[in-house]
Amino acid sequence: MKVEIEEFKCVGAGHCVVAAPEVFDQRDDDGVVILLDADPPEHEHENTREAAQLCPAAAILLLEKATST
Amino acid sequence: MTEAHTEPKSLPIAAREPQCPYQPAAELRALQKEAELPRVKVPSPLLGEFDAVAITRYEDVKDALGDSRLQMGFEFDPDKPRTMLNQPGNLLNYNGEGHSRLRRMLTGFFTIKRIRALRPMIEQVVADRLDEVEAAGQGADLVRLFSTPIPTQVICELLGVPYADRADFQRRAKVGLDVNTTLEVQVQNLKDMDEYMSGLVAAHRRSPGENMLGQVVRDFGHELDDDELTGIGNMLLIAGHETTASMLSASAALLLQNPEQLAVVRDEPEAVDRAIEELLRYVCPATIMPREAAEDFAVRDQEIRKGERVVFSILAANRDERDDVEGDPDTLDVRRPQRPHVTFGHGAHQCLGQQLARMELRVALPALFQRFPTLTLAVPDDEVDYRTTALVFGVNALPVTW
Repeated sequence: MKVEIEEFKCVGAGHCVVAAPEVFDQRDDDGVVILLDADPPEHEHENTREAAQLCPAAAILLLEKATST
Repeated sequence: MTEAHTEPKSLPIAAREPQCPYQPAAELRALQKEAELPRVKVPSPLLGEFDAVAITRYEDVKDALGDSRLQMGFEFDPDKPRTMLNQPGNLLNYNGEGHSRLRRMLTGFFTIKRIRALRPMIEQVVADRLDEVEAAGQGADLVRLFSTPIPTQVICELLGVPYADRADFQRRAKVGLDVNTTLEVQVQNLKDMDEYMSGLVAAHRRSPGENMLGQVVRDFGHELDDDELTGIGNMLLIAGHETTASMLSASAALLLQNPEQLAVVRDEPEAVDRAIEELLRYVCPATIMPREAAEDFAVRDQEIRKGERVVFSILAANRDERDDVEGDPDTLDVRRPQRPHVTFGHGAHQCLGQQLARMELRVALPALFQRFPTLTLAVPDDEVDYRTTALVFGVNALPVTW
């Protein structure tokens, strides 16, 4: 999974920091998202998906690897 | 001021079941089931009664609130009478980059880190209020002694507004959110609010304090005029106490009528965060949110024309039946695995203070039930005095015994 953020969209709601604290943080001065890990380990994938889903500004983009099933 | 009030109007788009005001009214549920997006009339003292497209389904609400083609529709116009919806500095009157610029001056105060650091202060405020409830004795009114003072005192501390002034600003907030008032009343009310807040702003201009208002003046005072600072202050003051107070009182009333659910909140610290999300979904104090289409766009292939107003039923959306979520949405289940809600809205305008509100609820509700483990309503369930016609749903009084 690759994570990208569109910083200009961020409204500082903080959902991502709560959902996936290993992957996202916030700048102290304006609350804007900081991407800590653009390639999170597998055990963080579920949290990261939750963060993207909760983001009110759709500022988190996930590129999931196609899995062959 | 009763003579200035118009006849009480219920808002069909905001209507709740008369016998159980936590539930959306039957007519609202009927609207939600219709395939076609209905057009409804929305009464407003500020805008006059207006026609709007009603959006009531969860996915539609989330998509449309996140769409930048829908805007607030209340940009500041100096030639129109000043009201809460026509005031510089109020984030609800901005869109796009103007909104972002202003919001980012404030978001630093509401980061997860900052809110977590406030926990001890909030715990102290709550403990003091619980002492007062205890001192008041049997029949104590939780609205007056608990749910109103807690968020009021917290926002006063944060913002730098004297708590001693609360009687006046609480009354003005109530008037501001009352849809059963005339435009004249609203114009005068805002004049009073602005007069009060501009006095505080002037004091911070002379000597910026250590709280939020002082910090905003220090960091952004050179690019904000006094009018904008006044609007920012009023917005934070009203939004900071009124909805959280309503959420606290309506949640307490609801839990007291559901003792098994109350026991979870009281006895299981690890269940509290999720329980608060369920209460937010279920109580939903801000029942409706308005927008205006800045361009043509479509919801489920149905066209909404540029210039049309749109009204969202947050209450109905939170109760929407969804294939992807298990369980009956009308059942309060504080242990429910996640059922996302739109109580704080969605999109760029999602509530700025939501993490503060969550922290206040997470601290205050368990503390209330731990201090008074035998707490019960002092009136029968069906005599609880709910406030259902204002823009913010809540409880007018909540007498309790223990």
